[in-house]
Amino acid sequence: MAAETRDGDEFDVAVVGGGLVGVATAWGLSREGCRVVILDEGDRAVRASRGNFALVWVQSKGLGLAPYAGWTIRSSNAWRGFSDLLKQETGLDVAFQRPGGFHLCLSEKELEARANVLKRLHNQPGIVDYKTEILTHDQVKAMLPDIGPEVVGGSFCPLDGHVNSLRLFRTLHAALNARGVVYRPSHRVESITREGGEFRLTTTRGEVRAAKVALAAGNANMRLAPMVGLDCPMKPERGQIVVTERLRPFLNHPVVTLRQTDEGTVMIGDSKEESVDPTGLTIGVSATEAERAVRQFPLLANVNVVRTWSAIRVMTQDGFPIYDESQSHPGAFTVCCHSGVTLAANHALTIAPMIARGALDASLVAPFSARRFHVQAAG
Amino acid sequence: MTAAADLASSYELVVIGGGPAGLAAASLAARAGVSTALFDENPGVGGQIYRAITSTPVKDRAVLGEDYWDGAALADEAKASGALIVNGATVWSLDRQRLVGVSIGGKARVIEAGRVIIATGSQERPFPIPGWTLPGVMTVGAAQTVLKAQGLVVCERTVLAGSGPLLWLLAAQTLRAGGKIDAILDTTPRRNWLQAAVHLPDFALSPYFAKGLALLREVRARVPVHRVDRIEAVGADRVREVVFSSAGGTRRLPVDLLLLHQGVVPNVNLANAAGVTHVWNDRQLCFVPVLDADFGSSVPGIAVAGDGAGIAGGTAAAERGRIAAIAAVRALKPDAVVPDTQAIRQRLQREEMGRAFLDWLNRPADGFRMPEGETIACRCEEVTAQQVRETARMGCEGPNQMKAFLRCGMGPCQGRLCGLTVTELIAEERKATPDEVGYYRLRPPVKPITLAELASLPISEAERKAVER
Amino acid sequence: MFKRLAEKGPAIAITVDGKTVNAHAGDTVAAALLAAGIDHCRTTPVTGAPRAPYCLMGVCFDCLVTVDGVGSRQGCLIPVREGMKVETQLGRREAGR
Ligand SMILES: Cc1cc2nc3c(=O)[nH]c(=O)nc-3n(C[C@H](O)[C@@H](O)[C@H](O)COP(=O)(O)OP(=O)(O)OC[C@H]3O[C@@H](n4cnc5c(N)ncnc54)[C@H](O)[C@@H]3O)c2cc1C
Ligand SMILES: Cc1cc2nc3c(=O)[nH]c(=O)nc-3n(C[C@H](O)[C@H](O)[C@H](O)COP(=O)(O)OP(=O)(O)OC[C@H]3O[C@@H](n4cnc5c(N)ncnc54)[C@H](O)[C@@H]3O)c2cc1C
Ligand code: FES
Repeated sequence: MAAETRDGDEFDVAVVGGGLVGVATAWGLSREGCRVVILDEGDRAVRASRGNFALVWVQSKGLGLAPYAGWTIRSSNAWRGFSDLLKQETGLDVAFQRPGGFHLCLSEKELEARANVLKRLHNQPGIVDYKTEILTHDQVKAMLPDIGPEVVGGSFCPLDGHVNSLRLFRTLHAALNARGVVYRPSHRVESITREGGEFRLTTTRGEVRAAKVALAAGNANMRLAPMVGLDCPMKPERGQIVVTERLRPFLNHPVVTLRQTDEGTVMIGDSKEESVDPTGLTIGVSATEAERAVRQFPLLANVNVVRTWSAIRVMTQDGFPIYDESQSHPGAFTVCCHSGVTLAANHALTIAPMIARGALDASLVAPFSARRFHVQAAG
Repeated sequence: MTAAADLASSYELVVIGGGPAGLAAASLAARAGVSTALFDENPGVGGQIYRAITSTPVKDRAVLGEDYWDGAALADEAKASGALIVNGATVWSLDRQRLVGVSIGGKARVIEAGRVIIATGSQERPFPIPGWTLPGVMTVGAAQTVLKAQGLVVCERTVLAGSGPLLWLLAAQTLRAGGKIDAILDTTPRRNWLQAAVHLPDFALSPYFAKGLALLREVRARVPVHRVDRIEAVGADRVREVVFSSAGGTRRLPVDLLLLHQGVVPNVNLANAAGVTHVWNDRQLCFVPVLDADFGSSVPGIAVAGDGAGIAGGTAAAERGRIAAIAAVRALKPDAVVPDTQAIRQRLQREEMGRAFLDWLNRPADGFRMPEGETIACRCEEVTAQQVRETARMGCEGPNQMKAFLRCGMGPCQGRLCGLTVTELIAEERKATPDEVGYYRLRPPVKPITLAELASLPISEAERKAVER
Repeated sequence: MFKRLAEKGPAIAITVDGKTVNAHAGDTVAAALLAAGIDHCRTTPVTGAPRAPYCLMGVCFDCLVTVDGVGSRQGCLIPVREGMKVETQLGRREAGR
């Protein structure tokens, strides 16, 4: 129950942000026995977790920061167990599947560019080699019989999968509720201070005290992190998605820009625009997504679109996650990333236990400290 | 027939909806020399009140009543005005830049509008009782629509249930047409009279007073009326009987058709998607757009006229359309000659006079707006009241998070049949006001279009680059 | 459920799930189905429950039917045409139809 705040509530950990990153982390913390409060904004908040594409995606991850590939694969591998745990707790099935996924190309030029990306990715030192193959039209067709003649080929990675991310969001909230974790919507955190060995979080509806703080407020981490001696440089961008009515199953693999959900709807993405206006929507962008979708799967031409939307991606300045602990304010952590669906298993099962113990495990997450930005700036 | 390809790339004024508000607005603007296009998704003009006014097979004027036939003049006037009137044209998108997405015969276009008047009218308020999704349960408005447009009249084992003027009107029209109604289940809470009584003097002066009384008398003389406070539609594959109860006990009647109605509410989808600010109106128990004296909305250049601006009836709708059109003409063509708004405002005031009485009297009871248990709240996604209530108790504060969690409002109707219910259920659980809870954030297409239609729209280089990487 | 007041206009023959149904000029698909006494026009994609036209004004989407091979059309907004093939829609629509 979303109770009103009594001044001076005390918790082991205050998680700031009730998006997927916040709730996955909070759930993991609760499993470790922590008394957790989640402070969140209200119904109309900008929340990437309500507008994403729901892929649990591996291919392409890690170009520019090799350890990110390994980190992503770790989560992909942990996902099955994670979804089983959630099902045990709530009875809800988040429909996780890992049948392998495609990136489809509509011209030789696109295919060549795709092959190049994969080559550069795999040539990086220290990269985990995840098998992504380039396939011809016929090879793709053997697995995706409904592709159109304009699909010249694509890439396939057997580790790629997807999930019902809205149900995941709900399931995590339901699990937290059942565990007695306190969830406080419309409690936007305005300031955080550290006094007498604990954190005081001033919200729009009163103060909350906690021994530790996990910042999981998405793009707002940029503003909050400096309050606890951390840095979280962000570069939000807008993505647009088109969704159709429910259809009978026709597609057994997710494509990076097109997937059929377990409910039958087809989601089509994934655009990038430099905008932070979550209400704006560019019809021409939806049109491009639709046009490519029809070329990829001509049988979709007559299908009804029921909604298009835009959502703001939580994007760090270089696109890779930021996991940090504060030196000046011990007990303060940042958990921030794009691909919060893919990485949810890691946040719940790897990051949360580290926060519960009070220290991040450098052997796993050192490459994701925001210090990397300063090293670059200095060099 | 105008095809999508025949449309110009821009019009000075685009009017959306061809009911009294839209027809009056379009005629006035076109006469003043403004290039005007009116889009309506129905096969003919007239909107709800004057549905099929140019084509109805019901020739006996007494059946539908003289108020209906008033619409013929509006339709003629609009036709003669020079406005481009396109029927079978569904507007699926409108944004702050006044880009209007319209689909005609399966072909979509996006056109620019100097000004827009949204005249998409009202829809019947959701009436979520147990069994309301069963075949054989329809709305009173639906029965009226097929009477006006196709000359179909209900016969055999029909029960009407609910409240509001339209229910009594359809009952009278049905009886005049030789149809049969077994019973009317009146859900008007008795205590509504207390709040309404204060406004009775105003109502007594309004044109609706005498008409309303006559209608009640006409119907009551021929149909048994029961006051009820609970109704359930029962049946497995279709409705077989209606079970209703009041303080006096529970009764059942076998039915083929159960017609529900508890008033009309603004059809907010398009205005909401365009970013128009809405507020909760507690008297009418619905969201209404925030408008200025000329029906201009919070989005520059977009006005909302007619019942979409708050329920005031068909005659008022036309006057509102005129006022909005005059404002549009003045903005577009300052030198054009337009009628005097003063006279129009006075007529409008007279029309709106009895409204408070009607609103308070016909305010549906809580139990008929905020269902319990397994009663379906969202028809499309089959989400129950219980699920909404439980999720609200879990801390889900508003309809947008609710939609993400339960899919309510995500089906093809885009929340039209569940939006108010979900907001009010959450408000009740949270002990908050519907205004604090808010409404769904709507997005285009507000009416489905095909993927191929969307794909056919113009794409700029930058827009293509945003997707192709 | 419904009877016709006046047999206005020429009869228009359409088929509903292969069976001929006589409609009239001015009918929408949904009105023609109601006049013909057809019980339901679709089953829902969620639980498979039967549904029939509810609002007849384009807001509820319960009148969705397959018209001339194209699924999920709003029957209450589409005028009938001679020879039109209407099919009830069972559950989720099939892509390509
Ligand atoms: C089913 C029904 C029956 C009614 N019958 C009566 C009656 O008999 N007598 C009475 O006094 N009042 C009646 N009303 C009340 C009604 O609200 C009238 O007051 C009057 O019709 C309102 O006029 P309007 O111009 O505001 O809108 P409407 O008459 O409702 O006209 C709105 C028009 O907009 C069109 N439209 C809506 N959305 C779109 C879109 N996205 N794209 C294109 N076109 C769109 C609709 O098809 C419709 O034709 C009825 C209401 C309903 C819902
Ligand atoms: C279009 C799009 C497609 C995507 N596709 C995928 C995909 O296919 N796979 C994938 O893995 N990821 C995908 N993502 C990314 C994924 O959705 C995000 O990484 C993830 O949702 C981020 O979760 P979050 O909790 O960090 O952020 P959010 O969901 O944005 O949540 C942040 C929360 O913090 C709250 N908050 C903000 N400020 C404060 C404050 N001061 N006090 C309290 N609370 C505050 C907000 O209200 C919000 O609830 C996509 C994103 C977008 C936009
Ligand atoms: S019957 Fe409601 S949309 Fe057609």
